[in-house]
Amino acid sequence: MTANVTHVPATHEKPSPAAGALAGTGQLIRLALRRDRIVLPVWALVVAFLAASGASAFEALYPNPAERAGLTASVAANPSFAIMFGPAYDLETAGGFTAWRFGTIAALLTSLIAAFTVTRHTRQEEDTGRQELLSSAVVGRYAPLTAGVTTAGLFSVATGVLLAAMITGVGADATGSVAFGAAVALCGLVFTGVAAVTAQLAEYSRTANTLAGSTFGVLFLLRAAGDTSDAEWLSWLSPVGWVHRVRAFAENDWWVLALPAAAALVLCAAAYALLPQRDVGMSLIPGRPGRATATSGLRTSLALSWRLHRGALLGWIVGFGVMGMLFGTLASGVGDLVGDSAEMKRMLQQMGGARGIEDAFLSSITGMVAMIGSMYAVQATLRMRYEETALRVEPLLTTGVGRLRWLGGHLLFVLAGTAAVLAVCGALLGLGYGLSSGDVTGEWPRVFGATLAQLPAMWVVGGGAVLLFGLVPRATAAAWALAAAFVLISMFGPILELPQAVLNVSPFAHVPQLPHAEFSATPLLWLTATAAALVAVGMTSLRRRDIG
Amino acid sequence: MTHNAVSSPSSGATTHEAIGVAGLRKTFGRTTALDGLDLHVETGEVHGFLGPNGSGKSTTIRVLLGLLHADSGDVHLLHGDPWRQAATLHRRLAYVPGDVNLWPNLSGGEVIDLLGRLRGGLDKRRRGELIERFELDPTKKGRTYSKGNRQKVALVAALASDVELLILDEPTSGLDPLMEAAFQETIREVRGEGRTVLLSSHILAEVEALCDRVSIIRAGRTVETGTLDDLRHLTRTSISAELAGHPNGLASLPHVHDLRVDGNTVHFDVDTDSLDEALRRLTDIGVRSLTSTPPTLEELFLRHYTDELPGAEAERAEQAARAETAGREEKTRTAP
Repeated sequence: MTANVTHVPATHEKPSPAAGALAGTGQLIRLALRRDRIVLPVWALVVAFLAASGASAFEALYPNPAERAGLTASVAANPSFAIMFGPAYDLETAGGFTAWRFGTIAALLTSLIAAFTVTRHTRQEEDTGRQELLSSAVVGRYAPLTAGVTTAGLFSVATGVLLAAMITGVGADATGSVAFGAAVALCGLVFTGVAAVTAQLAEYSRTANTLAGSTFGVLFLLRAAGDTSDAEWLSWLSPVGWVHRVRAFAENDWWVLALPAAAALVLCAAAYALLPQRDVGMSLIPGRPGRATATSGLRTSLALSWRLHRGALLGWIVGFGVMGMLFGTLASGVGDLVGDSAEMKRMLQQMGGARGIEDAFLSSITGMVAMIGSMYAVQATLRMRYEETALRVEPLLTTGVGRLRWLGGHLLFVLAGTAAVLAVCGALLGLGYGLSSGDVTGEWPRVFGATLAQLPAMWVVGGGAVLLFGLVPRATAAAWALAAAFVLISMFGPILELPQAVLNVSPFAHVPQLPHAEFSATPLLWLTATAAALVAVGMTSLRRRDIG
Repeated sequence: MTHNAVSSPSSGATTHEAIGVAGLRKTFGRTTALDGLDLHVETGEVHGFLGPNGSGKSTTIRVLLGLLHADSGDVHLLHGDPWRQAATLHRRLAYVPGDVNLWPNLSGGEVIDLLGRLRGGLDKRRRGELIERFELDPTKKGRTYSKGNRQKVALVAALASDVELLILDEPTSGLDPLMEAAFQETIREVRGEGRTVLLSSHILAEVEALCDRVSIIRAGRTVETGTLDDLRHLTRTSISAELAGHPNGLASLPHVHDLRVDGNTVHFDVDTDSLDEALRRLTDIGVRSLTSTPPTLEELFLRHYTDELPGAEAERAEQAARAETAGREEKTRTAP
């Protein structure tokens, strides 16, 4: 009886290939939830709280129907609102207001966090080599992807539920809240699918995240272009647009929710189909061999910085160039979008006529460009920290390269790179506007100048990141939070009637609203000086601290 | 020799000293990484730097490279201050980290050239030789190299540079035996050229083959410094012998320890210095079988690595005794 010593699995059922491919998924999901137990709940709360604060502020800001009608009219009269916030369907209720004003930001945060979560538990695990350790245990081929998608999906759904619950709690209509929460959650699920695909395509987690983030950017632009032109169908092509097309609180078009649900399923199916086409740790695009010797140009730490930064910088420049051209072209037509009721004509007149509306539109564009573009400054700064934690700074600093020279090579991208991104965007914004309005020589310098006026505020964001890197390197990633806080203050501070002192924290609050308003050099000089001081402190601190 | 001006008079740094560390302390928050460490490396020598994991070897090296700021103590590197003159001194040294990370989008060849140029120049012929010797494919991108091959990239970059001092932090931990041999050959050449090497390593055969002197550190302090011979003399050889007659007079020999006599069989430890004398006494009596266990480097290091020396020694003695008892029954007789 005991003679049989061969090890046979105790179970009688033969595991089906499918079950085997998913073996260990439960454990991996638990591991992912354990690793993200702080960050995911915090983000879900941030999204829900942001929307709830908007909903509760609405009652205080617009207490009676007359004021709500005024809001409806002014939003309809000013197409620049539609760039950032999308179309407004119901500004008579707190819920409708929230869905309009906070729909995009809720979808953005949910989608990006969901996408980063997928990458974090799939491609990044392969990047770090941890996947090999896990895969050598009883873990099926599809288990890591399934775990990543499930975790990000749980986050998206939880965020939607929390969002719906919280805005209902502050008095929004329950049905509309569910529709809005579902729209946001489904947008998160779409980007869960997007990241599941980019994790198969890209070789590094950074690339996978960049691809997913850029996808959001492109779809956002598509929506913005559709909502500020007569090509409304463009907006229907964009999952970011679907969040609004549900018309939560106004019509509650439930069928629209089928679009993101189908998109999410198709994307996930694509990821599962792509996965077996590649080896663990490899990408679908095979790497090419490099040069056996370096070109004569690769001899300084600046040259290395260029190699490290050029991909991201070119990506930002192309993206911002397209954005500039697109919105420049759209800007000259925005006045026509305003209806021709007597009321609208009166409001139009108040804003300075069609010309005034176009200038207001351009000034919202430059503000938006600056806020998003400052993220490049943060990204370029974080590259230094990434190099440091990856232990790639040591080999450089143990050659003839001093710390400040190494820092300088990166700082060039933080400061001049940001300027290049903004300048290309401004040049094409001016060109697009000039061409479509038929006066390139007259309009281009005005619009280009108005865009460049944003640069000092962006430098302040970059300077803050450099300061963190020098002074508290472990907290360098908090630069994202800093940039996000500035953006949120600028975008939602005025509507939430935050005190002026709080609004002034954001550098973007100090930039003159060109070409809409008067030019004033003083705030720009102050912002530049602030940025210079932040960078200087960061540099001094880096000289004094330990590396690694 | 303008950089001499910086060396502090208190450390007694000689002109022959490439690295001089005295009383070095470094703490990270509440953990003390280095607790009064001393390290002296003469110019032109290959100096082994040994210690258990977490004993502070890499921290010391990172202080020497000016990456970490010492809390207190004197640190001299090539007669300069590694913190203040980092970039200047670094032109004269090359470093191979224990954990080599390469830029994913740069090929190995590009990294070798870049690091060499940043150090102020690379010997092209030497670069080619080393790439061939280490069988490295320089066209692969950083990400696609294995651990051993990443290490080869860093090694080629360091060894092809014309520098006075090489600081190597466990440089061969990922290399196969063939490459290990190539590494040892290269280090011998480097020493022949009169360059100085600080070699942190766990591979004892490598240390034995290459190092003129070694320093052993533990818990952030230096516990032993000297040539390997110096250190080996501090150990004892274990002898078990079955003799033709009764073992008389062995106990009176100096340097014989833990003598146990069991009929005509003896077991004892003898200081390696006095081994010759003890053996002569044994052959005088007549040896019928003999087992001698030489001091191994492992033993040497284990002695220094283990936390509680007396206790650990007793335990090892006990183990040895047990092994001997077990072994006796199977022992084959050898004719003297």
